[in-house]
Amino acid sequence: METLERIIAEHPFFAGLESYYTNLLTGCASNVRFDAGTYIFKEGEEANEFYLIRAGKVALEIFAPQRKPIMLGTLSDGEILGWSWLLPPYLWRFHAHALQPVRAIALDGKCLRNKCEQNHDLGYEVMKRFAHIMEQRLDATRLQLLDIYADGKH
Amino acid sequence: MAAVAQLDPMLPRPYSVAQVAKENADTFTLMLQPSDGAAADSFAPGQFSMLWIFGVGELPISISGNPVDRDRLVYTVRSVGQATSSLVSRGVGDAVGVRGPFGRGWPAQQAEGRDVVVVAGGIGLAPLRPLIYEVLHHRDKYGRLVLLYGARSPRDVLFRKELAGWARQHDTQVLVTVDYGGLSWRGHVGVVTTLFKHARLEPARSVAFACGPEIMMRFVARDLGTRGFARENIYLSMERNMKCAVGFCGHCQYGPHFICKDGPVFSYERMRSLLEKYEL
Repeated sequence: METLERIIAEHPFFAGLESYYTNLLTGCASNVRFDAGTYIFKEGEEANEFYLIRAGKVALEIFAPQRKPIMLGTLSDGEILGWSWLLPPYLWRFHAHALQPVRAIALDGKCLRNKCEQNHDLGYEVMKRFAHIMEQRLDATRLQLLDIYADGKH
Repeated sequence: MAAVAQLDPMLPRPYSVAQVAKENADTFTLMLQPSDGAAADSFAPGQFSMLWIFGVGELPISISGNPVDRDRLVYTVRSVGQATSSLVSRGVGDAVGVRGPFGRGWPAQQAEGRDVVVVAGGIGLAPLRPLIYEVLHHRDKYGRLVLLYGARSPRDVLFRKELAGWARQHDTQVLVTVDYGGLSWRGHVGVVTTLFKHARLEPARSVAFACGPEIMMRFVARDLGTRGFARENIYLSMERNMKCAVGFCGHCQYGPHFICKDGPVFSYERMRSLLEKYEL
């Protein structure tokens, strides 16, 4: 049987993390499922957790007045969803919409923040991983902003 | 006429339009057959031709067809200006002059015995399609085929039926993403580099081939490098304003290279310093 600790340890986001830390993380973790079509969270709501996606696909959406929702990106197996829990004011910036049934591990943000405050080594390990994800997504967003296929040369 | 055209690379060989297929709102695939009924010019994947539209001008267009098809030459063209618009509005039977094929194509032989990673953006899938045909035609010569394709939006995705067919092939992974997804799109949304983490890549035993907007290739090559691909195992198809196509006129000069003659395909190892220069 797969334990939460083992699932966390095997998730790409926490690859290489020492078992002492995965054990600490497990105390803040729970298994969650979302049906296709449901919203995992919505913009403006309190961001109390983040998710290690095990299976399924999630769309990040933003709403603008008098426009249909805009899909900014998708996340799927092996990726993480949400970092608003990490920084004040701890509110979600986007909607997260399950496009397919989603299985994930939810990590309680308050619980994790407390553990990171108490154990700065754990905090550093967590921050390093989030900084890497933020860098990758910033890079991707920059490329997306360039709208590189618009001029159609070739 | 074919023989004369082969002797003089500046002389177009007469072809006629056999078929025009609409790929999406502004992109068309033209199938040209030699007007003299002889075999079409043979080509290597990644090569291009100069297509002469009589009364309009000449355009460099990559060949997007199957190299084993000797009856015709196939080109996929996005209509973005007067010349391309004129080209895609040719009707069946209309004449088009063809010079070439020209240039150095994808070094497929370097990928023999190894995994082939194809990264395409937008209409950059067209010059890579002959390479995909080549790999699938000689399947036992190559390892896994991984195709990562990014388009602007779901309606801009090219060769949809073929993408689905390739995805069903043995030892082949096909991932498609769009930069902007509508709400009905259930596929991946994000730039093409976001597909890397979902691809089954083995950098040490792979050769990567990328084609798309230059900035996309820069991001792709950099990311592949971060993932462990050697620069000499990453190939890019470059594009500049090609005129003579044989290295005489200098229009397509890029640093010390003529894209038409020395390329259009170059290793990232050779291109890296140039790609990072401003205004080159």
